[in-house]
Amino acid sequence: MLVLGLILLIGIGARQMVAPFVSAHQAEISLAPAALPLYTLRTVMRMLAALAASLTFTFTYATLAAKSRRAEMVLIPILDVLQSVPVLGYLSFTVTFFVALFPGNVLGPELAAIFAIFTSQAWNMAFSFYQGLRTVPNELDEASRAFRASAWQRFWRLEVPFAMPGLIWNMMMSMSGGWFFVVASEAISVGDVQIALPGVGSYVARAIQERDLAAVGWAIAAMTIAIICYDQLLFRPMVAWAEKFRFEQTAAQTVPRSWVLDLLRGSNLLRSINQPIGTAARKITRAQLSLPPGIVHRMTVWSPPRRAVDIIWIGLVAAGIAYVVWALAQFAGAALAWDDVAIAVSNGGLTLLRVAILIVIASVIWVPIGVAVGLRPGLTAKVQPIAQFLAAFPANLLFPVVVFLIVRFDLTPRIWLSPLMILGTQWYILFNVIAGASAFPSDFREAAATFRVRRWRWWRQVMLPGIFPYYVTGAITASGGAWNASIVSEVVSWGPTKLNGSGLGAYIAQMTVAGDFPRIALGIAVMSILVITMNRLIWRPLYAFAERRTRLD
Amino acid sequence: MTTETIPPVIDLRKINMAFARPTGEPLPVLVDIDLSIMEGEIVGLLGRSGSGKSTLLRIAGGLIRPTSGEVLYRGAPLAGPAEGITIVFQTFALYPWLTVQENVELGLDALALPLDEARRRATSAIDLIGLDGFQSAYPRELSGGMRQRVGFARAIVSDPTLLLMDEPFSALDVLTAETLRTDFLDLWTARQLPTKAVLLVTHNIEEAVLMCDRILVLASNPAHVAAEIRVPLPQPRNRLDAAFHAIVDEIYSILTSRMTESIGAQSQINRGLAQRLPRVSIYLIGGFIEKLISPPFDGYAEMARIAASFNLQVNWLFPIAEALHILEFAELKEASIKLTAAGRVFARSGPEERKRLFREHLLRFVPLAAHIRQVLDDREGHAAPRARFEFELQDHLDGRDAERTLRAVVGWGRYAGLFDYDDKSRTFRIGQTVA
Repeated sequence: MLVLGLILLIGIGARQMVAPFVSAHQAEISLAPAALPLYTLRTVMRMLAALAASLTFTFTYATLAAKSRRAEMVLIPILDVLQSVPVLGYLSFTVTFFVALFPGNVLGPELAAIFAIFTSQAWNMAFSFYQGLRTVPNELDEASRAFRASAWQRFWRLEVPFAMPGLIWNMMMSMSGGWFFVVASEAISVGDVQIALPGVGSYVARAIQERDLAAVGWAIAAMTIAIICYDQLLFRPMVAWAEKFRFEQTAAQTVPRSWVLDLLRGSNLLRSINQPIGTAARKITRAQLSLPPGIVHRMTVWSPPRRAVDIIWIGLVAAGIAYVVWALAQFAGAALAWDDVAIAVSNGGLTLLRVAILIVIASVIWVPIGVAVGLRPGLTAKVQPIAQFLAAFPANLLFPVVVFLIVRFDLTPRIWLSPLMILGTQWYILFNVIAGASAFPSDFREAAATFRVRRWRWWRQVMLPGIFPYYVTGAITASGGAWNASIVSEVVSWGPTKLNGSGLGAYIAQMTVAGDFPRIALGIAVMSILVITMNRLIWRPLYAFAERRTRLD
Repeated sequence: MTTETIPPVIDLRKINMAFARPTGEPLPVLVDIDLSIMEGEIVGLLGRSGSGKSTLLRIAGGLIRPTSGEVLYRGAPLAGPAEGITIVFQTFALYPWLTVQENVELGLDALALPLDEARRRATSAIDLIGLDGFQSAYPRELSGGMRQRVGFARAIVSDPTLLLMDEPFSALDVLTAETLRTDFLDLWTARQLPTKAVLLVTHNIEEAVLMCDRILVLASNPAHVAAEIRVPLPQPRNRLDAAFHAIVDEIYSILTSRMTESIGAQSQINRGLAQRLPRVSIYLIGGFIEKLISPPFDGYAEMARIAASFNLQVNWLFPIAEALHILEFAELKEASIKLTAAGRVFARSGPEERKRLFREHLLRFVPLAAHIRQVLDDREGHAAPRARFEFELQDHLDGRDAERTLRAVVGWGRYAGLFDYDDKSRTFRIGQTVA
């Protein structure tokens, strides 16, 4: 029943996506709660489509980068930059392109929305897969070569399984972010292109226009159910299944379980369906598909890499970059003055200040709480799923509630809009700290207790260093998310009332509404540069420091 | 002679291997090695860790191409991993996401057999190696010994002609290793394996004498064949046999004399700065000296005997002996080790006196330690970055050796109070705690 129902739902969703789309008379978004289930379904479908696209991208892009040294020199820096571009920035640019691609069909805007979600998850999935491919243990690599596996067999039997746990974890993280963007990308207007795709996001946008707080409440409820279903039906089973790919040879104490996976493995009917699929998959992955043996079973050659080819390649790449820079300068120079740059940069400074202060405040609040929770296993089991859920929940659905309060009590938007940025992403700090505290070796804790280490010293020399790497991971995600969120949170509206908090996010948002492409590009570029700088100057050194400090050998 | 008519199973001729140094010049690791294995032979490659024996095995397996030299497999040049050559790995190299059965079937993937044929052959290999009933287990559920049995099953399932074994027993505990060795030898002598020849890489002298028909002793830096020893004893061999003992002693004596020669040679190059130092803790040195001076040794022991009484393997025993020899607390000769007068004084002294004596010897016999101290003394602020010495060492040593040598000298220098080292800033200095 469950499976049949799912197939049916996917069918309905897909049918509607290709329905003709006429820009002038788009389907009116209804605020009736009864319409919500279908809207939610559409939203979920977009999510799935984007996930499939991200996986395809991951398998090709990351593999290419890991296999070819020359491709790697170009692909990895590109990925690094792509990762730091705000997701909604892509949307502003691509939506007109996609609409033009399928004129008069709803597929265009659909693709634009899917592409936006794709950009929110593909990059870090690709990175994780690339890391996985690069860290395949030497001995397994040698074994596969010694037993003369073809490149195809090797990919499916060694590389993909090895990278799987990391990939699935990153997929989960990406999905959490993805909900935010799926909601943000459904109702957008770039210049005179106005789009409202049927979905939860449009529903909320409409509710804001109509100042209908009850409808916002319904949307929040629908999203909650959708996220819980996604987690239970898709990710829990995947995580439990991926457990067998963990490389550690020792048995884990706590094995993730999933009732859905147990059901899939337990039921006779489902097993009989699964069996042929499994056998087919085995046949495919065992297939040789090899190139002529001379090419595949090349030996490791210890000759220095051919310099001349390298130089030509680097020259080509440099020429390409120079051309792109030149073209950009042409495009931007015509429309922009140095004044614009100054405005964008000063706005960027404001947003940077906000992000920094918010991360500090969130850390002060959540680190002690996280530690307190993480040290109590019983509590951890209860709080951790809630924290993960909160991280996944699209915080922009909650914005109207906050805005409503700001308007009601007449608060200063510049200050009181700021917390919105971190509303959704602060939970990353919480659940990473919880994870760190619960992974803290119990003999370290017992040692500290035996020596009756004082409270202050205990924090400074025992606990904080212990959770530091986890905290840094959480804080990186939280700050990245905050930058992304700034585009939708620095300018908000409630019916006819518009609140402007100013800042780089607000700048980009306004330029998007105005359809001013050179300035959108400028804003995005400034934001990317700020994010990259922050990563290079603060987060990466901190991360390296954390790794070095907590290593024992 | 039959060797005229049947070509060797594998024939390595004049193999040279060099890796690139950071500076770009080649660093030789294997020099002019000849090795051929006939049908029916188990040949051992014996040497200390880092002597290049695993590299040689990978060359024979077609995984690495030598810088120069020729590899002939059954008379034809080897161009890469070939059908009929398989490897048993030291760390097992099992795929944790595959069951025992699937891991063994992996050995057949390249043959593209039908699925049920592959299954049948895997099952019979699993039976042969004594793992019947564990087909559906995952490697993480198995003990070390059972995992290596899977490694053996995977290697023999494709009926290889040549089996390459890379320290297959060294990751196992003593008893498990013994059982697995015996089981393998039983299969081999009963001719139940289709395998024609075996190359065994090991650092365990007794294991080599127990299993091999012929042993090549590799001397390191760069690796070359120091001696070839035939083991004409019939299987199954007995460790308590006098003939067995004689061969073990002979190998110890070759390895020791090679080591003293190499220490002597290194102290000539670049004022001895490039001398490799074994990473041996000062407490191991102290403990070993105490053991050596107490009865029944009274300051003199045969290497084989002291190895047996400590249950130490070559890769443990030799670094300690090497450290003692370099520091001139003991002298290595033939297959024995003898405490020097200073070594005897060290053994009888209290902690302070030991420190002083150690410091004196460190300055006199380890040019690198003296050099570091000299630089620190000369410098204003008495501090110097580690990179400086790293760089000097890498002129003569590869990265791993340089790293090991520096770590050893840091440990010894700290104990002797010669200098201090701060790992956070990666600098050497003469601190307040250091006189």
